[in-house]
Amino acid sequence: MPEHTVKRYDEELDQMTGTILRMGGIVEQQLARAIEALVKRDPELAASVIADDEPVDQLEHEVDQLVTRLLALRQPMAVDLRLITASLKISSDLERIGDYAANVAKRASSLSQVEPMRPVAVIPRMSQIVQTMIKDVLDAYMARDAEKALAVWRRDEEVDETYNSLFRELLTYMMEDPRHITPCTHLLFIAKNIERMGDHATNVAETISFLVTGTPLDEARPKGDTTPFATSPDDTGGSQD
Amino acid sequence: MTMTTETAALQNMPPSKLEITELDVHYGATQALFGVDMRVAENSVSALIGPSGCGKSTFLRCLNRMNDIIEGCLVDGNVLLDGEDIYAGELDVVQLRARVGMVFQKPNPFPKSIYDNVAYGPRIHGLAESAGELDEIVESSLRRAGLFDEVSGRLKDSGTSLSGGQQQRLCIARAIAISPEVILMDEPCSALDPIATAKVEELIDELKEDFTIAIVTHNMQQAARVSQYTAFFHLGNLVEFGETEQIFTNPEEKRTQDYITGRFG
Repeated sequence: MPEHTVKRYDEELDQMTGTILRMGGIVEQQLARAIEALVKRDPELAASVIADDEPVDQLEHEVDQLVTRLLALRQPMAVDLRLITASLKISSDLERIGDYAANVAKRASSLSQVEPMRPVAVIPRMSQIVQTMIKDVLDAYMARDAEKALAVWRRDEEVDETYNSLFRELLTYMMEDPRHITPCTHLLFIAKNIERMGDHATNVAETISFLVTGTPLDEARPKGDTTPFATSPDDTGGSQD
Repeated sequence: MTMTTETAALQNMPPSKLEITELDVHYGATQALFGVDMRVAENSVSALIGPSGCGKSTFLRCLNRMNDIIEGCLVDGNVLLDGEDIYAGELDVVQLRARVGMVFQKPNPFPKSIYDNVAYGPRIHGLAESAGELDEIVESSLRRAGLFDEVSGRLKDSGTSLSGGQQQRLCIARAIAISPEVILMDEPCSALDPIATAKVEELIDELKEDFTIAIVTHNMQQAARVSQYTAFFHLGNLVEFGETEQIFTNPEEKRTQDYITGRFG
């Protein structure tokens, strides 16, 4: 894309996208470290993840200000307008991802006080998918790559499926022994948080697709979380719609 | 002959008031327009945008044969007004300009009273049978131009005594006094302050109920605000023509995108 005649306009747009990418970098790290804190049962690491919420909120606030300024002073059109409105949405999705990561860290901290649970092993696998989604969606934003965004969008189904099987597994443990209920509930919320992060990464992917093409994605979004309909561990096989 | 990109949504365009096909314009040895095909939809506002020298004003002036008075100007192609070729030999140009009125960049009221400025057209075209009827035309034209309340007490004052914005609305009142079907506007707000501009834009929006409007503007926000259809001209070619919303949010042509986003090299 050629540069704007007014160079300062390009600098302001670069500043906005740069701020988003910094936010993205922090939340990506937040998720990775929250999971590490869970696996290594490390409350100090968990505390540092929670503390990172502050800079993320700060950056979101900066994006808000930059966007308002650009809209007021530059009267953006077409692709510039889409980039600016997309960035505003993406920053709020990233901020939510950061919040969920902090919540995972809080629960990891609580779990480090009790006996280790077996299904903890599934969570890093699930988280790995979501971390890659976040990374790819940020790359897609930087490169304005609609194809890459679409690939992330499609991967969300995998996250939902992993969440479904984990949900089933955790219910089984809780039925086995009521003493498992507290740690399993924490794990279930952790898994739900990660699943929600995947949804926000998917939102970002949709936003990027619109930013690049100018038209909303017309495919129906893949929806794989069947647990809202579950009444027993056997209900989450994923066959019902 | 050039290829113009027409956006898909144009299939739902209302009937055309003006239909222009393969329009070439030469000023002496210089060609100003190259095979322009465009439709001007009835009861709507069509904006013509593009950098200086792109041919948009030339195009506008072809629509009521204002180019006829420019020496060395040669117009080739078809301009159909309600299906009738306005360049056909038998057409009366004075009648044509009564049907296709014009408002210019700089307000140009006659050095006459406010009343006479508006009454001039109806008088020469014999549109009023009595003084009372003429009074009515003057009042209703001034009302529709949103000027009556501001000037009702001083209709005998000179038109040139008004402010710039009022003068431009007076010119619009003068244009609509002869009940044209089409109004051509060549940068009608470029000499006006933002408040006067807003009043003229509001007026354009109201006038489209009764008239077909084509407007040349350098102010892209204005094109985006007032028009339903936008044509982007560049180097004498009509590059892209489509619904205004699409042109300004998601144009199909790179040149259009570069121009409206301020990236023109």
